[in-house]
Amino acid sequence: MNSKPLIALATLATIGLALSGCSSASSGSSSPGAGSGKTPYIAIVSKGFSQQFWQAVQTGAQQEAKKEGARITFEGPPTESDVEKQITMLTNVLAKHPDAIGFAALDSKAAAPLMEQAKSAKIPVMAFDSGVDSTVPVTTVATDNKAAAAEVAKHLSQLLGGKGTVAMVIHDETSKSGTDRRDGFVDWMKANAPGITLLPPQYSKSDLLKATDITKAILASHPDLAGIYGSNEASAEGIAKGIQESGRTGLKAVGFDSGKAQIDAINSGILSGSVTQNPIGIGEQVVAAAMKAIKGQSQPKFVDTGFYWYDKSNITDPKIAADLYQ
Amino acid sequence: MTTMAPAPVTTTGTTTGASKLRSRLQQFLAFGGLIVILAFFSFASPDFMTFSNITSILFSTVVIGTLAVGTTFVIITAGIDLSIGTGMSLTAVMAGVFIVQWHLPVVTGVVLTILFGGLIGLINGLNVAILKIPPFIATLAMMLVAEGLALVISKSSPIYFDKVPAFSQISTGNLIPGVNFPNAVLVLIVAAVVAGLVLNKTVLGRYTSSMGSNEEATALSGIDTRKWKIAVYAFAGLFVGLAGVMISARLGSAQPALGAGYELQAIAAVVIGGTSLFGGKGSILGTVIGALIMSVLNNGLQIVSVPQEWQNVILGIVILAAVYTDNIRRRGTVT
Repeated sequence: MNSKPLIALATLATIGLALSGCSSASSGSSSPGAGSGKTPYIAIVSKGFSQQFWQAVQTGAQQEAKKEGARITFEGPPTESDVEKQITMLTNVLAKHPDAIGFAALDSKAAAPLMEQAKSAKIPVMAFDSGVDSTVPVTTVATDNKAAAAEVAKHLSQLLGGKGTVAMVIHDETSKSGTDRRDGFVDWMKANAPGITLLPPQYSKSDLLKATDITKAILASHPDLAGIYGSNEASAEGIAKGIQESGRTGLKAVGFDSGKAQIDAINSGILSGSVTQNPIGIGEQVVAAAMKAIKGQSQPKFVDTGFYWYDKSNITDPKIAADLYQ
Repeated sequence: MTTMAPAPVTTTGTTTGASKLRSRLQQFLAFGGLIVILAFFSFASPDFMTFSNITSILFSTVVIGTLAVGTTFVIITAGIDLSIGTGMSLTAVMAGVFIVQWHLPVVTGVVLTILFGGLIGLINGLNVAILKIPPFIATLAMMLVAEGLALVISKSSPIYFDKVPAFSQISTGNLIPGVNFPNAVLVLIVAAVVAGLVLNKTVLGRYTSSMGSNEEATALSGIDTRKWKIAVYAFAGLFVGLAGVMISARLGSAQPALGAGYELQAIAAVVIGGTSLFGGKGSILGTVIGALIMSVLNNGLQIVSVPQEWQNVILGIVILAAVYTDNIRRRGTVT
C-alpha cells in the first residue's frame, strides 16, 4: 500500500508530460517585455533536438542574437515526425506576438494556415532548413541540398575512378531534404558518371539500427559493390557500422552531415568523407534575416548558407571544424 | 536456426493435453512458415544462404527478439505493453549514465540497467494491478513518460561508449574463438532459454498462463492475482532493460530518440509466433520463430531487391496470414 503515492506520482508525471508535449525550450536572454519593448523578440520553432545539428543551429542563433541585441526563444518537438506538436508550438508562439518568427517546417504544407495568420498579424516569418509551401515567409535560409548531394556524388565518383556499382541509404522518401539529397546525388551521377551503376535507393527512416542492417544486406547481395552513400547523420553512421560489422574492405563510403561517430569513422578511414552543412550559419542567418525584416529592409527570397566537403585531410581545418558538431 | 531448439516446446502448464497439442501445432506452422521463407530466398538468391548473411539475420533479430520474448509473458496474461520501445530507449540512456557518466564497472552497469527495465515494468504492473488502469492505457502513459525522460536525462544527445570498449563486446565481440559470430546472438539464445524455463517450469509461468486463461477462476482458487500480475510486468521489464543494453552495445551509443515503434514490431513477432492476444496460451519458442520470420523477411526481401515500399506490405500480409491460420485452426478444434 506504500506504493500508492508512487503510482499517483507516476500518473501525474505522465499527464504532465503528455500535456506539455514533451517540449523543450530555452531562451537566449531573459529580458521581459516581448513584442512592443525595446529589445526585439524573435521566436524560433525548429525541428527538435533529436540530432546534434539542431543544437548547432541554436548556438548560431544565440550568437547572432547577442550581437544584434535581440531576444530569442528556441524550441522544437521531441522527434522529427511530430508534425502536429510542431504546429501547436507555432500556434502558441503566434499568441505571444513576437516581432519575428523563425520556422523550420517538418511538413511543408501543414503550417500554411498559420502562415496566413502570421501575415494578418503583421509578424514576418523566416523559413529555415526547409521551405514552406506558402508565399508568406520573407525569406528561406537553408542549405541547397541538391547541390550539396551533387558535391558528394562528385567526390565519390572521383574516389571510384568513375566506375562501379553504388548503393544509397537515404533517410526519408517523403521529406524535401530526403528527396533532394537523393535526387541531387542521382542526377549528378546520371549526367556525369556513365560508368557508375546506381542500385535503387533504400530508406533508413533515420533509424541507426535499421541503416546498419540495410547496409549489411546490401553488402551481402552485392559482393562487387564499389561505393555507398548515406544521406544524413544516422544513415552515414549506419553504413559505417554495417561495413565495420561485415568486415568488408576496399569500399568507398561517403556521407552527409556530421556527428561524433561519423567523424570517428572518417578519421579511422571507414568513411572517405562527408558533406557538412553550415548549421551555425543557418542559425545566424535566420536571426540576421529576422532583424532585417523587423527594420523593414529588403532581402533575397533564398539565403544559401553553403556546405563543405570534408575528409581526413581537412577535418581539423578551423573553417571546417567550426561546422562539425558532435 | 536450429540452435533455438533447446528452448522448451510446451507452454501452458495448467491446460489440457489437447491444447498442448494445438500449441505445438501453431509452433509447427510458424516453424514451417520460416522454413518455406528460408527455402524461397535461398532459391531466389545465391547470396542469401551464406554463413555471414545468416549471421547478419540472427544479429538483426536480437533487439526485437529480446523485447518480444519478455513481452510474451504480458501478452499471455491477456495484457499488452506499449512502453517496451521507448522503455528500451530509456534503459539504453541509463546504461550510458551508469557506465559512461558514473564510471561504474561494465558488469555493474549492465545489471543496474536490466534492473531499471524491471523497475519500469514494476510501475506498469502496479498501475495495472493496483490502480486497475487498463494495460493499454497504463503502458501508453509509460511509453510517453519513458520517451520524455530518455530525452531529458540524455539532454537529447546520444551518449557514446567509445571509452568503454568492453561494453560493445557484449554485442559485437566473438565469444566463440575464431568464428565471426556475434555475442549478441548468444545473449538472445540464453535469454530465450531462461524465459522458456520460467514460463514452463516455475510458478510464475504457471500463474501467467492461468491468469490469461481465466483470471477470475485463478483468483477464486486462492491466488493473489494482483501480486502475480505485478510480478509478470516486472519480469517482462527485465527484458526491456536487456534490450536497452543490447542496442546500445551494438551501436556503441545510447540513442535517446531510437526505440519508438519497436514495441509494435515486438508484438508482431509474438503474434506471428502463435501467442494469442486474448491470453492464456503462447510460447517462447514461437516468439523467437516469429522474430526470426520478421528479420528473415526484412533481409531476404532486400537481398532479392524488392523495392522497400513493398517490404512492409509483405510483412503486414504475413502477420495477417499467421493470425488467420491460427484462428481457423482454433475454430476447427473448438467445434
